[in-house]
Amino acid sequence: MSVPEGKPTDLLSSYDPGLYHDELFGGRDRPADHAALIRQRLAGLNFEELLRRSQDAERELYNLGITFLVYSNKDAVDRILPFDIIPRVISAKEWAHLEAGINQRVAALNLFLHDIYHDQKILKDGVVPADLVLGNNCFRPQMVGLDVPFDTYIHIMGVDLVRDREGTFRVLEDNGRVPSGVSYVVENRHMMQRVFPDLMQDIGIRPVDNYGHKLLDAMMEIAPQDVGDPQVVLLSPGSYNSAYFEHIFLAREMGVPLVEGRDLVVENDRVYMKTTNGLARVDSIYRRIDDAFLDPKAFNPDSMLGVPGILEAYRKGNVALANAIGTGVADDKAIYCYVPRMIKYYLDQDAIIPNVDTRICREADSLRYTLDNLDKLVVKPVGEAGGYGITIGPRASKEQLAECRDKLLADPANYISQPVVDLSVCPTVTEDGIEPRHVDLRPFAITGKNTWVLPGGLTRVALKKGTLIVNSSQGGGSKDTWVLQDGVGVQEGGAS
Amino acid sequence: MNLLARYAECIFWMARYMERAENLARILDVHETFARDTRGMTNWFSIVQLNADEKDFFSRHDRPTAEAVVRYYMFDTQHPNSLVSMLRMARENARVLRPWISTEMWTQINVFHNKLVEMSGKDVPIPNLSKVCTWIKEECQTHTGITEGTFYRDQGWYFYQLGKYIERADQTTRLLDIKYHTLLPSPLDIGSTLDMSQWTTVLRSAAGYHAFRRVYPRGMTPTTVAGFMMYNEGFPRSVVMCVRQIDGLLTRMKSRYTLRGGSEAMEKVDELLGALLARPIEEVIHGGLHEYLDWVQGQLNGITNEIGLAFFGREPVAATQIQSQ
Repeated sequence: MSVPEGKPTDLLSSYDPGLYHDELFGGRDRPADHAALIRQRLAGLNFEELLRRSQDAERELYNLGITFLVYSNKDAVDRILPFDIIPRVISAKEWAHLEAGINQRVAALNLFLHDIYHDQKILKDGVVPADLVLGNNCFRPQMVGLDVPFDTYIHIMGVDLVRDREGTFRVLEDNGRVPSGVSYVVENRHMMQRVFPDLMQDIGIRPVDNYGHKLLDAMMEIAPQDVGDPQVVLLSPGSYNSAYFEHIFLAREMGVPLVEGRDLVVENDRVYMKTTNGLARVDSIYRRIDDAFLDPKAFNPDSMLGVPGILEAYRKGNVALANAIGTGVADDKAIYCYVPRMIKYYLDQDAIIPNVDTRICREADSLRYTLDNLDKLVVKPVGEAGGYGITIGPRASKEQLAECRDKLLADPANYISQPVVDLSVCPTVTEDGIEPRHVDLRPFAITGKNTWVLPGGLTRVALKKGTLIVNSSQGGGSKDTWVLQDGVGVQEGGAS
Repeated sequence: MNLLARYAECIFWMARYMERAENLARILDVHETFARDTRGMTNWFSIVQLNADEKDFFSRHDRPTAEAVVRYYMFDTQHPNSLVSMLRMARENARVLRPWISTEMWTQINVFHNKLVEMSGKDVPIPNLSKVCTWIKEECQTHTGITEGTFYRDQGWYFYQLGKYIERADQTTRLLDIKYHTLLPSPLDIGSTLDMSQWTTVLRSAAGYHAFRRVYPRGMTPTTVAGFMMYNEGFPRSVVMCVRQIDGLLTRMKSRYTLRGGSEAMEKVDELLGALLARPIEEVIHGGLHEYLDWVQGQLNGITNEIGLAFFGREPVAATQIQSQ
C-alpha cells in the first residue's frame, strides 16, 4: 500500500498549531522545509487509513509485550506506552546543534562529579554553593577520593529538552542516574517500519538500532583492565519493576544476562553470578537500581534488590558500575540551575543549549519572586520524578495556589520555579482528526572513553488536549523521532 | 556461555506449566467428547479426583456439576491447577525469560494468556467446551512448535526439555492412576461396555488410541492399556519413553557443558528407569498399581529436587506445589 500524493485539499489543511512552534511545520520565522516531503505524504492519506494503522501499531505493541507495569490499588496492569504514528522530525542542522550541546553538557557534568568527589574546587570557588552539594542526600561520601575509569561518572545520560514558542531548544532536566526510555526509541522505529514503510521511504532517517552495541562497547571499556573478555551484566530490580521491558530490551541488545540482586554474590571483594555451574565472575554492571538500593551493607539496609558488599568490590576496582555511584547529585533539580555556570567554569564556554530560566527558592530573592508570580510560574519539588507534585500556576485553582504557597513557605529549599514553557507541538492522531499536541524530547548519550549521542531520542507527547505534562505516568504517549541525514527532505513530484 | 541458575529454573517451570496445561485441556476435551454416559456427573468429578483437588473444590462448590468443574479447571484464578493459573505461571516465567527466549515464544504465550484471561470473563457453555479445549491444546502445541523452531540450542534447551518430559511422565501416571482407581473397584464393570469406553477415554486423553490399536488390534484390557501407557517405547507420552528422554538429556547436558552437579539426579533417573524396566505390568497390577504409580511420582519429584539442588542453586519453590498434589 502506498501513500497517495498530496492534494491541496488534504488531511492537514485545517491543522492549526496556534502560537506554538510546530515540529512538522516550524514556526513563523523558521519554516520546517526539511519536513515538507513528510507533510506532503501525510496530507495525502485518508483519516480512516491513518486510524487503522494507528490501531494496528498499538495492538502489536501490546502483543509483543512492549509494556510497562502500572500499579493501581493492589493490581499490576500491563499497559503500553500509547504510540502516535506521526513522527517528530529533526533536521540535520538542528541535530548537529543538539548533539554538540549534549556532548558539552555531559562533559561538564562529569567534570563536576570528578571535582566534587576530589578537590571540590567549584565549591571552594563559590560557583556552586557547597551545602547544596555536600548536604545533598544523593552525595555519596564513599566516592570521595575514588578514581573511576576515564573519569566518567555518567555513562548513560538522558537530557530532557523542550522547545519554546520561538523554537529554541532548552534543557528542562538532566537524568544522570538511571534514565529510561531508550527502548521505546528503538521499538518505535521498528513499529514505524512495520506500519508506515511508505512514509519513511527514501527520507534518509538516521538509524537508532545500534544503541545496544554502543552501550556494550562502553561497558567493556570501563571494565577492570586486567580482564581479557569482560563479563557484562544488566542488574534489574526484577520483573515487577515498571521499566522491566526496557531492562529486557537492553540485555538482549547487548547480548548479556539480565540479573537481579539475588543472582549476584560478593566473595573476597569480587562479584560473581550464580550459574548452573556454580559461581562465575562479573566484571561490568549496567545497573538499573538506584544507589540507595544497590548495597544493603553500605546504603539502605532494608534493600532486597541489591548485592551486599558490591560497594567494596567497586571501590577496589574489581567491578565497574554504570552509572557510577553518586551521580544523583548532578541531576538534582537544584543543581540543574547551576549547570550553565558549570559549563563556563570547567570548559570556558557558554551553554550551547540554554536552560529554562529557573529560580531556586532557597534564595530569598527567588522565593519572593516566585511567591509574587505564583500564578505565572511552574513550581516543582526538587526531589520528585514523574511529574508528581508540580503546580502549574496559570492552570491552578485558587486553592491549589494557596496550598503551593504554604508548601513553599514551609520548605523553600525543596522547590524551584520556572516560567511556563510553551512546549512545541506536533501533529498527532486523535479521534477528532489530526490535532496539535505538546511534545518534549529526551536524547540519550553514552560515555565510556568518549561520548556518543543516539541520533534522535524519545519524543513524549501529551495526548490530552491542552496538557503540557508528557510523562507516561500521567497519560503521555510517544512518537518516533526522525533525525534526517544531511541534504535530504526536499519535496518530490514538483508540488509547490 | 553461562546460564544463570534462576533462568534455568524458570525455563524448566515454563516448560512444565505449558505441558501441564496441554494435558489438562486434553482431559477436559476428552471428557466432553467421549465420556457421556449413564454416570454423567461422576465423570466430571473424576477430574477433580485425578488432580486430588477434592478439598479445595468442595470448599467453594456444593456439587461437581459439569459447569462447576469446567469453570474450576478453566477459569478459576484462585485455583492453582486451573488453565488460567497455569498460563499465568507459564507467562510469569516467560516474562522473566524474555532476554533469553525468542521473541516469538514470548509473544505467543503472552497473546495466548491474554486471550484466555479475556475469555474467563465470559461463561463457556458446555457445548462449546470441546472447541475451547481444542483451541487451548493447539495453542500449547503451537508453543511447542515455536520453541522447537526458534529456541537457541544451549543449556536452556536442555532444561526446557527436562521440564517437559518430567511433567509429561507425571501427568501420564496421574491419568492412569485415577482411572484405575475409580474404575476397577467395581468388579461388575470389568470388561463391560462402560469399562471399555472409560479406557478408550484414557487413551484418547493421551492421544494414544490409534497407536494402541496398531499395537493391540484385538484386545483392550486394563492391563494392556496400562502397560502401553507405562512402557511402550514408541508412544511419546509413555512413562518409559519420557524417562529415557530425561536420562539422555541429563547425560548429554552434563558432558556437553562440563557441569559439575547433577550426579544425584542421574542416579535417581537410573534407579527409576531400572525399576520401570524390571517388572511386567501384570506383576505391577498384582502388587497394586496405585502404590506403584505413587512411587513413580515420588521418584519424579525426587529427580526434580535433585535438579533444583544441582543447577538452580536452591530448592525449587514451585516444587512444593507439585508435591502437595
